[in-house]
Amino acid sequence: MQYAQTTDTKAIHDDGETILLPGETHTSISSSIGGIVLSPTAVGWGVAIGISVLFLLALIYSITYLIAAGVGIWGINQPVGWGADIINFVWWIGIGHAGTLISAILLLLRQQWRTSINRFAEAMTIFAVCCAGIYPVLHTGRPWVAYWILPYPNTLGMWPQFQSPLAWDVFAISTYATVSVLFWLTGLIPDFALLRDKAQNQIARLFYGIISLGWRGSAKHWHRYELASLLLAGLSTPLVVSVHSIVSLDFAAGILPGWHVTVFPPYFVAGAVFAGFAMVVLLMLPIRKIYHLEAYITVKHFDLMAKVILATGMIVLYGYILELFYAWYSGNIYETFFAWNRMFGPYGWSFWALILCNGVAPQLFWSKRMRQSVPALIFVSVMVSIGMWLERFVIIVGSLYRDFLPSSWGYYTPSFWDWLMYIGTFGLFFTGMFLFIRLAPMIAVSEMHALLHQKKEEEHILSGEHDHAESHGQSHPQTA
Amino acid sequence: MSRQLDITGIRARLAASNNGRQMWRSLEELAQTEEFQDMVEREFPHQAGEIKDPVTRRTFLKLMGASLALGGLSGCQFAFRQPQEKIVPYVSVPEGVVAGKALFFATAMAFDGYGLGLLVESHEGRPTKIEGNPKHPLSLGGTDAFAQASILNMYDPDRSQTVLNAKQPSTWSAAVSAIQQALSAEQGSGGAGLRILTGTVTSPTLIGQIQQLLTTFPNARWYQYDAVGQENTRAGARLAYGANVTTTYNFAEADVVLAIESDFTTNGPGALRYSRDFFRRRRVTGDHASASMNRLYVAESTPTNVGTVADHRLTLRPSYAESVLRMVAVSLGVSGVAAPTSTVDAAMQQWVDAVVNDLRAAAGKSIVVVGESQPPVVHAIAHAINQSLGSVGRTVFYIDPVEGDVAPETIGVAGLRALTQEMDAGQVSLLVTFGTNPAFTAPADIPFASAMAKVATSVHLGEFVDETADLATWHIPGTHYLEMWGDVRTFDGTASIIQPLIAPLYENAKSSYQLMALLNGDANANSYDLVRAYWQSQLSGDFEMAWNIAVRDGVIANTALPTREVSLASGFDSGPSPVAAGELEIAFRPDPTIWDGSYANNGWMQELPKPLTKLTWDNAALVAPDTADKLGLATNDVVKLTLDGRSVEAAVFVMPGHARNTITLYFGYGRTKAGKVAQNTGFNVYPLRASNSLWFGGNLTIEKTGKTYELVTTQNHYSMEGRDIVRVGTLAEYRSNGHFFDEKYPSHHGGGHGEEGEGHAAEGESKHTAPISLYPKYDYSKNYAWGMAIDLNACNGCNACVVACQAENNIPIVGKDQVKRGRAMHWIRIDRYYDGGIDEPETYHMPMLCQHCENAPCEPVCPVNATSHDAEGLNNMVYNRCIGTKYCSNNCPFKVRRFNFLQYSDETTPSLKLQRNPEVTVRSRGVMEKCTFCVQRINHARTEAIKAGRTIADGEVRTACQQVCPNDAIVFGNLNDHNSAVFKLQQENTSYKLLNDLGVNSRITYMPRIRNASENMPSVTTELEHSTSE
Repeated sequence: MQYAQTTDTKAIHDDGETILLPGETHTSISSSIGGIVLSPTAVGWGVAIGISVLFLLALIYSITYLIAAGVGIWGINQPVGWGADIINFVWWIGIGHAGTLISAILLLLRQQWRTSINRFAEAMTIFAVCCAGIYPVLHTGRPWVAYWILPYPNTLGMWPQFQSPLAWDVFAISTYATVSVLFWLTGLIPDFALLRDKAQNQIARLFYGIISLGWRGSAKHWHRYELASLLLAGLSTPLVVSVHSIVSLDFAAGILPGWHVTVFPPYFVAGAVFAGFAMVVLLMLPIRKIYHLEAYITVKHFDLMAKVILATGMIVLYGYILELFYAWYSGNIYETFFAWNRMFGPYGWSFWALILCNGVAPQLFWSKRMRQSVPALIFVSVMVSIGMWLERFVIIVGSLYRDFLPSSWGYYTPSFWDWLMYIGTFGLFFTGMFLFIRLAPMIAVSEMHALLHQKKEEEHILSGEHDHAESHGQSHPQTA
Repeated sequence: MSRQLDITGIRARLAASNNGRQMWRSLEELAQTEEFQDMVEREFPHQAGEIKDPVTRRTFLKLMGASLALGGLSGCQFAFRQPQEKIVPYVSVPEGVVAGKALFFATAMAFDGYGLGLLVESHEGRPTKIEGNPKHPLSLGGTDAFAQASILNMYDPDRSQTVLNAKQPSTWSAAVSAIQQALSAEQGSGGAGLRILTGTVTSPTLIGQIQQLLTTFPNARWYQYDAVGQENTRAGARLAYGANVTTTYNFAEADVVLAIESDFTTNGPGALRYSRDFFRRRRVTGDHASASMNRLYVAESTPTNVGTVADHRLTLRPSYAESVLRMVAVSLGVSGVAAPTSTVDAAMQQWVDAVVNDLRAAAGKSIVVVGESQPPVVHAIAHAINQSLGSVGRTVFYIDPVEGDVAPETIGVAGLRALTQEMDAGQVSLLVTFGTNPAFTAPADIPFASAMAKVATSVHLGEFVDETADLATWHIPGTHYLEMWGDVRTFDGTASIIQPLIAPLYENAKSSYQLMALLNGDANANSYDLVRAYWQSQLSGDFEMAWNIAVRDGVIANTALPTREVSLASGFDSGPSPVAAGELEIAFRPDPTIWDGSYANNGWMQELPKPLTKLTWDNAALVAPDTADKLGLATNDVVKLTLDGRSVEAAVFVMPGHARNTITLYFGYGRTKAGKVAQNTGFNVYPLRASNSLWFGGNLTIEKTGKTYELVTTQNHYSMEGRDIVRVGTLAEYRSNGHFFDEKYPSHHGGGHGEEGEGHAAEGESKHTAPISLYPKYDYSKNYAWGMAIDLNACNGCNACVVACQAENNIPIVGKDQVKRGRAMHWIRIDRYYDGGIDEPETYHMPMLCQHCENAPCEPVCPVNATSHDAEGLNNMVYNRCIGTKYCSNNCPFKVRRFNFLQYSDETTPSLKLQRNPEVTVRSRGVMEKCTFCVQRINHARTEAIKAGRTIADGEVRTACQQVCPNDAIVFGNLNDHNSAVFKLQQENTSYKLLNDLGVNSRITYMPRIRNASENMPSVTTELEHSTSE
């Protein structure tokens, strides 16, 4: 359509130093981002969501069977009471972290580069939390009474057991989900209004009209919008730390060697950010290509995200080493054995694969060339995603299957249903993501306008003080 | 199309059914017409093949029968079924039954013919739990796993319910007339064609009936056969003394015991009592300096429970056991015993020397005992040794046989062979059999099954339509011992009355007494009258009084057989038996859980881990690691074992501590006509077990088939990994230092994180102090404080507690597949650890159950308060509140919690519902469960105590595991009562809490495994093996 090709992005060289390619105007931003939503449905999108829904159906199928038959269809056993269910839960929760980090902490830190990726990352957060949220409910033996974990007045006169990290989880995750959704929806209001104004289609106009909540773009609106965003960012900031800290306490509050570790909260948070950024990279690379968003999501973005991955990866690696150090330093025979078993036991392969994925692979990102290379980014992100799944496997299964009394040592193999449900959650995730791409601007248009404005101001100031013509020299000719 | 209905036949059937509750859906069905068959075929097309196929037709009819029972009769079929005759409760209670209050009745069960006195708990007329009868000389309050599981046999939905004639449903009256007809044909010949085949019979009434029959029919014959008999034992005594005598032992008086291929604590008629007496001498309490124990030497091929507690164990091939005993006898200077011919290595000589030293030192206070699997001459040598050491009359006693007939030619394999030959020759026209299943268990060289086809009328009475019933022309459903009157003698001759707890679940069921009465001409006799009549002739004085006392107490006073004088016959030793030829030997042993196959359809026993292998649901070919290595075998390999041209296939299980170059096969598995539970379990190895290799044999060949078969165990890791789990030491070490064990395991010493730290408990203080905590301690001193003490030195891993717990607490079975996934549900398990090398390991048993930690790690992690502590220190599990997060299990350092991953409890089969303990919730899927310290028993005792205005006395609450334990290894009670047995045991120097360094402060203490090692034995774990016969 008319909006789609306003800028021939391919013609502009991305030098990897800017977060918004030159040549963009307020009109072009509105058109190219909003246009994705307002243009007719593409066949490719239809196929993609069709496949996603297929996987979603697999999820529904496996959930139905799970409720009918019981958690015994999974591979869990004695002693491994938690398996793929909790691994996947933590994995999905971790994925979500990047979104919140980008939208909250980076906002407060005034990192401009977050602007073009935060909306997408937030959406990712929300759908990842949806996927994650399924597990804590369904991993229970009797999901129909799982609501007993909520504090509500009842005839039993019973409160939840507030000492249990699982009860904390409920608060942490529900708060997190609520704030994330609010934050995301608040940010979408001006953009919905833009779509309402641009939409040709009556239904679309009505739809966006309703969900833009009467936004008229007045100064007052903008003032309140900014304030709300800031407040929500403030609210989200502790959540970034709290959610995964509390998830980590699910383990750290236990007494098992491998769980009973004080370093868990920061190490889990870092791991979550690590996994989340890897997933953002993995999703944004094809999206940017397909929807021609190279002007807004630039190589610089990936470079910066790769740096975050590298940094959090190093924290995570430090965590792994620290755990082994503790085990040795404590002199505790259970801890010592646990460390040995983690490395050389029957599941030793998973630890070394984890080190390879999370420890070694991100080291590529010391090199700028690698940070800016699409294949390298994909490779490392995939490795990290696998690595973070393995990390939870190593922590959960690896600690449970061999604990104190060797008589009850066991083994764990995920069953067909474990895998089907995991694959099914991807169906839910991608169905959500594809609907989001189709129905809402995946880059915050209003914020991009602000960014453009800011850029121009900066350029103006800069060009007044120094001559930067050379640095922009290459791109200027193409601007026209 | 419709044919004439056989109305007369229908009337006869109805009349014969003799009660209004018999259900039938149509006349056609009742008449079993072709139309009905057609209809069935239309209604159940997928089963049509079955009804046409003669082999599976029976199964189908059984299914039909079950569905009719469900549809037509619903619950009332199993409604309140107190027997009509007067049965006498064990304790005096108000007349009638108080609803909700359990009654206990004394009765007895026969196992392989020998009696075990029981107290059976009954709820509203339903027996629910078996306990031992403290007044019975064998039980003294304890039982074994078989007795515990026997109750499930009664409620087995696969039990036989109808009389069968040529596999077709028939009636008792039809059977009566057929038998009478066959019997009248025998009148002329004096019963020349009449044969009775039973298992071992010790029942005085039944013996009387059989003898009466044999008087009427002088040419008739009575044979007894059991797969696990006592023939070698009897023959050995006969060889030694020239008379039929039964040997009994008093292990309580024995300082030194030498067991040759004998697990006297789990096998044989007197095992329970022997176990109790033996382990009483292994309890180390009180002042350490004067602590004493008996000493046990075991020489064996297949590892046994008693072998695991031996102070010195010698592994050898079965055919070398004789040499060892001969060496001992020769060294002791026992006259008349020849020296062994096979070569002996130095290590074995050292072993024998140590044994001889000890035996000589303990002369008269020693026992040499030989297992049934050894040939008679070995038993005779043992008798000679016991004689020469002066043990006879002090630890070894002789009495008259308790069996009805022990003529060597009619009992055991010889009897079965004779019978089979007669049947094969067409000399048998009427065969009556009960209490044995030779069609399945007969030695491979005795073609009993095929010979049975030549018998015109064969009558089988039994609780199940088993392999023998399937071949019989008539099958009559038998009563379970809980459903009938009877009597039985135990190992020392003491007789007990079997009194029924419930009227037969199935109307058609008859007892063996009724069948014998029928043969004696009384078709309408009932067992009660028969048994009463017999004892009326035996008991002197006021019979009613004596009868009531006998029934109430479960033992008939003064019926133990008196000891008799014996003198050693000369020339009992015919010289050394030849050593089994060939590279490999085979050993046959009854399966530790399903026995000879009679418990094959018992889910509890199938799922019960075998004591040493921890295998469930299967048997296997046990091979020593060394031999497996040599033969290139691994666990799960399917091998073809060939012996004398016969072969079977079985999966290999590599068994540490097994004798080299020997393969052990547990028989009893692979049954074809046992029921749904037994289906597709294990390997039938009877086809390899011939009469010349009943227990062991040489020239075994083994070849790999290339196939594998998945064996499933409940414990996959056997090493303690150097952890302080089972504490181990020798008696000498402990005697020299009362704090030996605490010092040997210093990192784990004391309470938690160091409050107790260095020292030993000061005078007057508890040995176990609570660990340091940030939180205020709960004051348990105002209430009861329940705790337990487990003596690992008194545990031989017999598994009785596991089944007792299962029966008491309605614990479901889960099946092989779920066990494989690590989901067995037992609340108490026996952990088995190996220490030392894999060839000669030390084996330790550790009963593991919820430790009821005061700082229970499971509690703070439950998000819904489903598991929490009570004021008495019980870690409670609230099933209704549990949402099933499994976090408690993850956080349990003992991994004793069990989760209902699926719907494991059978909530639909009516007969199984009857067995359940009404005081214990039946758990549904999705909830966690675990040991409750039998809280229902505590609460019961509490109610009684409150009613009487007192506190619960020590010993008043006995947990199911404690009550069943023949060795009293488990003691439970109130720790606040400083006079209680449990408190005293917990304060013993040796007591320790498991994983105490975690600060969980458990309520259970363990006492260590103490070996009474001989100072003469050079090394504990020497690998001993004959240099194979050159």
